[in-house]
Amino acid sequence: MSAASQVLGAVGDLGVQARVIAVVGTVLFLVLVIDLVRRRRLVERYALLWISAAILLVVLSLWGGGLRGIADGLGIRTPVNALFLLGLATVFVLALHFSVAFSRLSEETKILAQEVARLDGEQRRLRGTTLSGRTLVNGDSPEPAEGEGEKSPERSET
Amino acid sequence: MQNEDRNRLRLLAIVPGYNEAGMVARVVRDIQRQEPLDPGWDVLVVDDGSVDDTVAEAESQGAMVIRHPFNLGIGGAMQSGYKYALANGYDVAVQVDGDGQHKPEYLPVMLDALRTTGAEADMVYGTRFRGDPGYKVPVGRRAGNLIFSVVLSAITGQRITDPTSGFRMVNRRGIELFARDYPHDYPEVEAILMLNAHHLRIHEVDVRMNARGFGRSSIDYPRSAYYMAKVLLAIFVGLLRRRPVPMDAPPIELVEEEPPPASSAATAGEGGTS
Repeated sequence: MSAASQVLGAVGDLGVQARVIAVVGTVLFLVLVIDLVRRRRLVERYALLWISAAILLVVLSLWGGGLRGIADGLGIRTPVNALFLLGLATVFVLALHFSVAFSRLSEETKILAQEVARLDGEQRRLRGTTLSGRTLVNGDSPEPAEGEGEKSPERSET
Repeated sequence: MQNEDRNRLRLLAIVPGYNEAGMVARVVRDIQRQEPLDPGWDVLVVDDGSVDDTVAEAESQGAMVIRHPFNLGIGGAMQSGYKYALANGYDVAVQVDGDGQHKPEYLPVMLDALRTTGAEADMVYGTRFRGDPGYKVPVGRRAGNLIFSVVLSAITGQRITDPTSGFRMVNRRGIELFARDYPHDYPEVEAILMLNAHHLRIHEVDVRMNARGFGRSSIDYPRSAYYMAKVLLAIFVGLLRRRPVPMDAPPIELVEEEPPPASSAATAGEGGTS
């Protein structure tokens, strides 16, 4: 028929309702992602990942020809299953990517914690103080009181 | 190189502690009482985010304490200790659990083994399983140990009878290796593989241990399954990996603030290797 229906694909792929849901869902998702970036809860780097993934999926759900081509290529009879497969694969890859990122972060966190502990120990050694006097936990004291409050009875090092 | 005067060695005992109040003071005292007394063992307690009096107890005995801002796990704590040893020019570091499981009375024996077998050993560790372990080791623990033992012995080409023993003493080369790279959790087995990959040599000494100071063994049943799986995966992947960090890598940037008091420490370590 018209060019529009050509683009939107033919019967048998996704029904109109499904497409509307896909588009609306994706738009909502994109709004959420962008809002997260706006509120600085999500860095652009990951936002781009999610935006690309969302756009890829919505394009495929609208563009029946492309989806059918992919389904044929993969040997999948029902194009919509190709869509599920791609969606699932995308999520898997993203999840793996995040596991890698978490691993790196935890390694970096570990190194930072060790450095903080080392510097903290070094500072106490130089000042001749100990930890025992402190009441605040986890080193979240804004600024250790200068000169007093942390004096310790004895240090017998070196 | 290997016949340094024993009294000139700088010795560090690393005591990882996570909520070990009630125990750690005694451990520190026991270590300080061991030979050699002259320069003696410095004790570093690595407080891994305890919420009890571990820190105060350790400091009351004159131990140096470094404190992690939050819990990193045993691997992170041990590595902190090795980094400290490296930065402060220690020649020997030994790890002694803060819960009283390891008996400091074996330190002299281990140190002797490290020195006298200097040409053969970079790490000396205490094994429970060549003789009487000194306490009743749970069956599951023993079985797991046996599996690791078989696998590690095959890989390293020497008998490793107690691969999960954390009672270990290393020389300067061991300190350098572990300061750069140390496994995260359940690190003992992997650490042996690391030593092996770097051609550092391992020597066993018979020890007895106490059952854990508190009843809580750190490894219960759900976790032991994870333990086995994790360590076996690490072993397998470790075989595929090239050396984690080559020993001839440029030194990590640990600043040495204080030059060691004696000028002797500078040349120790790096002894006649291949």
